[in-house]
Amino acid sequence: MEVLIQNIINALQWGSFYALIALGYTLVYGVLLLINFAHGDIFMVGAYIAFFVVITLLGTMGLAPGVALALAVPLTMILTACVGVTLERIAYRPLRRKGAHRLYVVITALMCGLILENGNLALLGASRKKFPELLETTVYRFGDVSVTNIKLIVIVAAILVFLFLHFVVTRTKIGMAMRGISYDKFAIPLMGIPVDTIIVFTFILGSGFAGLAGLLFAMSYPVLEPYMGALIGWKAFIAAVVGGIGDIRGAFVGGFLLGFIEIGVVAVFPSTMRDLFAFTILLMILWAKPTGLFGRARHQKI
Amino acid sequence: MKRFLKRAAYVAAAVVLAAFMLSGCGSEDSNVIKIGFNIPLTGDIPKVGEASKFAAEMLKEDVNSQGGITVGGKKYTLEFVYEDNESKAESAVNAALKLIDQDGVVAIIGPNSSKQAVPAGGTANDNETPMISPWSTNPDTTKDRPWVFRAAFLDPFQGPVAVNFAAKTFGAKTAAVIFDISNDYSKGLAEIFKQEWEKKMGDGTVVAFESHGTKDQDFSAQLTTIIGAAPDFIFVPDNYNQVALIVKQAHDLGWQGPFMGSDAWGSAELMELCGDDCKGQYFSTHYAAAGAKGDTKVFIDRYKEKYGYTPDDVAALTWDATRLVLQAIQGLNEWPADLKAQRTAIKDGLGNIAEFAGVTGTMKFDEQGDPIKCAVVVRISDEGAFEFAESVCP
Repeated sequence: MEVLIQNIINALQWGSFYALIALGYTLVYGVLLLINFAHGDIFMVGAYIAFFVVITLLGTMGLAPGVALALAVPLTMILTACVGVTLERIAYRPLRRKGAHRLYVVITALMCGLILENGNLALLGASRKKFPELLETTVYRFGDVSVTNIKLIVIVAAILVFLFLHFVVTRTKIGMAMRGISYDKFAIPLMGIPVDTIIVFTFILGSGFAGLAGLLFAMSYPVLEPYMGALIGWKAFIAAVVGGIGDIRGAFVGGFLLGFIEIGVVAVFPSTMRDLFAFTILLMILWAKPTGLFGRARHQKI
Repeated sequence: MKRFLKRAAYVAAAVVLAAFMLSGCGSEDSNVIKIGFNIPLTGDIPKVGEASKFAAEMLKEDVNSQGGITVGGKKYTLEFVYEDNESKAESAVNAALKLIDQDGVVAIIGPNSSKQAVPAGGTANDNETPMISPWSTNPDTTKDRPWVFRAAFLDPFQGPVAVNFAAKTFGAKTAAVIFDISNDYSKGLAEIFKQEWEKKMGDGTVVAFESHGTKDQDFSAQLTTIIGAAPDFIFVPDNYNQVALIVKQAHDLGWQGPFMGSDAWGSAELMELCGDDCKGQYFSTHYAAAGAKGDTKVFIDRYKEKYGYTPDDVAALTWDATRLVLQAIQGLNEWPADLKAQRTAIKDGLGNIAEFAGVTGTMKFDEQGDPIKCAVVVRISDEGAFEFAESVCP
């Protein structure tokens, strides 16, 4: 019983990262119908930005760890958002202006991801970075079940981010504009809605939360390397698709679903079975519901 | 504009073609002895490659500053070619082929990790080029391969060392193992450990035997199973980068018992990545830097002065491996003119070395090309230094 509860907590933490990254995929897809394959690497860049921000705050400025954390969260999110917006400016917007087919933009996104990875490798070298300890890890024990404060922060953060994004998309004017663009991007400018501004806003949201995920990930798994975003990014993308890409609830549920399946498989079977089982289960979900759990079939107007 | 782009494309294509053609014909200088290094400069364990390269550079400077190496009364300059194997098995094979065919090296040092050394050893053996792996401990690296040697002890020796030490020091009756299933080294050693432990303590005394993948970052499910089985200690035959995550996550899950590690822990980067979590743990390795004497101390001091950190076992083993090759060359009466004869001569020379005093201890080679040498167990002190705890000789 204790093992089961412990594994549920493990899965909640691991699923939180998938959920946070999947939210970024889903936001950009929802608005642009673009699969931003560079998103996993923006998450990696977020972790590195967090690393440098924290080093500066702790080392150069000599702040207390608690204060450093409070400052690191907004700083990391803002700086990572800048990276996301820069990508949009340099790579996606010119292609969009020229009316390139979506396929080319997706390939560009893949390429941008590789550039981020290898740019990092060239700039910072292959050596891993150790993320400094921001919070004293406290282990709370309930019988044989252990939870750390960092685990709790991660899980609560994922839930708060979901609620915030859900609120933005469904309850605010800018969210309405986002949904509008997703519905018909040719008619929306005629209503006087600045499409580019909305798209930039989407990238700010998606990348900002990838930065937050990077910071939290670095606190939980404090060894950073240039390729850390690739695999987790791919898996989070799949989680978003299974949830129904373009739907905020779908990304959230899909992320946690994948986290639970992965941890569950490893807890029962040898670890070599993990990805095989996890993705077979996801495939079966898509068989039953090809648009994902929360997705709706959409007819294209071309 | 279009014409310019077209031209630029042609020029680029021509440059690439020329580069390929030029790379085919290396310049042959008869006064140079070229040795290749097949090491991981990027990938999972870049610090291992760096340590190897630094040690080799130091040795090269030593030899070349004295005018080179003397064979049959004539001086030859040393040239080292470093090829990055990206810590991947397939890249290690490609790197070995490049060193053999394109660079025409007389011998190869490396690869270091068994994951790369096992496949690259096959390539070197098939192409009749002597290869000596500094750090690989998996038996398959040299097994039935007359051209392949190593400078490290073997896992069938290291496994029992860990078993006996843990049983004695922790007073342990039961053990748990977590290992990387896609790494020859980790998997091989985990299996040997399990076999030895159960032979000593009885069936079922390895209460959990959990695996993970190379790219994994979360080990909480495996560690939950392990902690649930309540072993007396956890054996972690993993690379240092994963050790840092495993040990921390185990502590986060409430584990307070000891860990026992293997020689892959012994990187200079372990403490940087692992920090306080690793302090007080034990692992078996090739040498202990803290409290070294004689030649070993001289080597450590020089390395530390030159590169700013205490050399780890890979650096020391690369130093020994490269010196073994140089000793084999120096033992020749004359340096053959033909590359094939040079390679054969080095292979025979290595086979004939009866005893070798290296910075990682004195070693002898058996008929398989494996050294017979001692292992040490070190304790990670509260200052993060690797302190000598026990020495075990075969």
